[in-house]
Amino acid sequence: MSLATQPRALPPTLRAMADARTEPAAVRVLIIGLAVTFLTVFIFLPLLVVFSGALARGIGVYLAALAEPEAQSAIRLTVLVAAISVGINLVFGVIAAWAIAKFEFHGKTLLITLIDLPFSVSPVISGLIFVLLFGAQGVLGPWLMGHDVQIIFAVPGIALATTFVTFPFVARELIPLMQEQGTQEEEAALSLGASGLRTFFRVTLPNIKWGVLYGVLLCNARAMGEFGAVSVVSGHIRGETNTMPLLVEILYNEYQFVASFAVASLLALLALVTLVLKTALEGHLQGSRDHDH
Amino acid sequence: MTIEARNIVKQFGAFRALDDVDLRVEGGELVALLGPSGSGKTTLLRIIAGLDWPDAGEVLFNGESALERGAGERNVGFVFQHYALFRHMSVFENVAFGLRVQPRRLRRSEADIRKRVNDLLDLVQIDWLANRYPGQLSGGQRQRVALARALAIEPRILLLDEPFGALDAKVRKELRRWLRSLHDDIHVTSLFVTHDQEEALEVADRIVVMDKGKIEQIGTPEDVYDNPATAFVHGFIGESIMLPVEVGGGQVRFGPKVLDLESGGAASGPSRLFVRRHDMVLGPAGNGTLEGAVKRVRAFGPILRADVALPGGDGETMIEVDAPRDRALKPGDIVGLKPRRYRIFAAQA
Repeated sequence: MSLATQPRALPPTLRAMADARTEPAAVRVLIIGLAVTFLTVFIFLPLLVVFSGALARGIGVYLAALAEPEAQSAIRLTVLVAAISVGINLVFGVIAAWAIAKFEFHGKTLLITLIDLPFSVSPVISGLIFVLLFGAQGVLGPWLMGHDVQIIFAVPGIALATTFVTFPFVARELIPLMQEQGTQEEEAALSLGASGLRTFFRVTLPNIKWGVLYGVLLCNARAMGEFGAVSVVSGHIRGETNTMPLLVEILYNEYQFVASFAVASLLALLALVTLVLKTALEGHLQGSRDHDH
Repeated sequence: MTIEARNIVKQFGAFRALDDVDLRVEGGELVALLGPSGSGKTTLLRIIAGLDWPDAGEVLFNGESALERGAGERNVGFVFQHYALFRHMSVFENVAFGLRVQPRRLRRSEADIRKRVNDLLDLVQIDWLANRYPGQLSGGQRQRVALARALAIEPRILLLDEPFGALDAKVRKELRRWLRSLHDDIHVTSLFVTHDQEEALEVADRIVVMDKGKIEQIGTPEDVYDNPATAFVHGFIGESIMLPVEVGGGQVRFGPKVLDLESGGAASGPSRLFVRRHDMVLGPAGNGTLEGAVKRVRAFGPILRADVALPGGDGETMIEVDAPRDRALKPGDIVGLKPRRYRIFAAQA
């Protein structure tokens, strides 16, 4: 409809307005220069350093470093822990957001605060909490030892700490989205005879699917990259409880720069992929926000 | 199907949304719930639909209690103010939703569902939009989809919340005439909420006027307009001139002047005189008429509209009156005003 009316050039009045909104050349150069410098120093240079460090002695050494049993074990553990914590946070995040956005109840504000807690607590403290709870000297430690359950310095502890640290991502993404969408579609479904469960799966969930994916993406990126909390509960047992971020530090401290940067390059790649997917998802997310307008 | 609401009370915190409301809608009627925002009309509609629950009172469909049944079991078609279409489903799937979620033993075959949906889209005249998504439709088209979706489950009752509220003036007029004729065809008992008196007067068989959680009057459009039961109804429906008067000893006084009006049944004391603007007749000043000075005159199509300042008890009261176009009226003229029809209500405490 409006295709034919696309103006070729701005009418004179609009051009004048565009000019009026533009800063003098010197200011433009300064501001753009600042932004470019900032991006270069904080983003492009570090990326360059990571990849050049990883490939410093050729692609063969790079691949060999990644094929080391220790690196392989760290990659497997990182993926496993991310899968567990993303899975848990997906289920509980959706449920929490659904309850908060669609219902009124006492203690709602408290629940929102609790969901935000992991963001406001240092990850190291988060890890420490689990050591104090489940560690040998911890509250539940003796009982767990008695029943031969190992949580701290083992995979369950790492998964727990990661889940705790990444808990807000899915819920935080969904709460505003679901609040904005309101409850009218659910009410419509109910009055048309749909059961509560059916309403959730046929109306609520499809409406938030892009938001869920977005939350999962961010949650996964953080889960794979988590260092502080995991470092406290891991125990750094080589080939067993080292995740990728922990391995990067260990290798670096042992002057194995190529191996260290090789593992780091995988995390950097993850970040780049996340960034691309995030951008792609944002368009869809906007789509699920706009509706009545 | 008749709808009855008995002694409905609904409280939101300290706010009493519905205060002992009684209402009966006969089968096949089209009734408007009219009132300003916050008058409780939408709450009443939602309670009838099963989307809200009253704190006290009963809702009966054909004499049977409806409160024991949830929204999905009442067989009520509900059209939401902002349509609430399922945004990720096509128009066709929106309309089909109510048919697809029926229990398996009642569910129609896919072919039946297709036929029913297509018939409904024909009925609301948007069959050509079946594959579009709600985001691609205009407000009027969305309204029609919402109506088709509500009708798909063959509701015994149709409830509409501000059905034309979100549309622009022209579409609104067209759509409400169309809704009226649709109702004449399908005759399902319908109740709609509106704050627009013109809409209620034009479309409804009967109007329920609500204010502050109470029903002020129930009647036909003519009834409500010509014989307002309360001061609120008189002020809310149609354009009214309101003057503070004093009733005593069978006389009606405006300031010091005794007016040539019957006090009717109005009790002695401070009262309010209500006159429709077209019932206020402009003439020479004289005994028993209201008297005032013309402040401003403007042509308003076929009529003149004049601001007249009436010197009253406490200062001036400015009112707006109509006069024939050919009457020579200019600022400064002293004129008399005599109500042809009027109502007197006791002043509110």
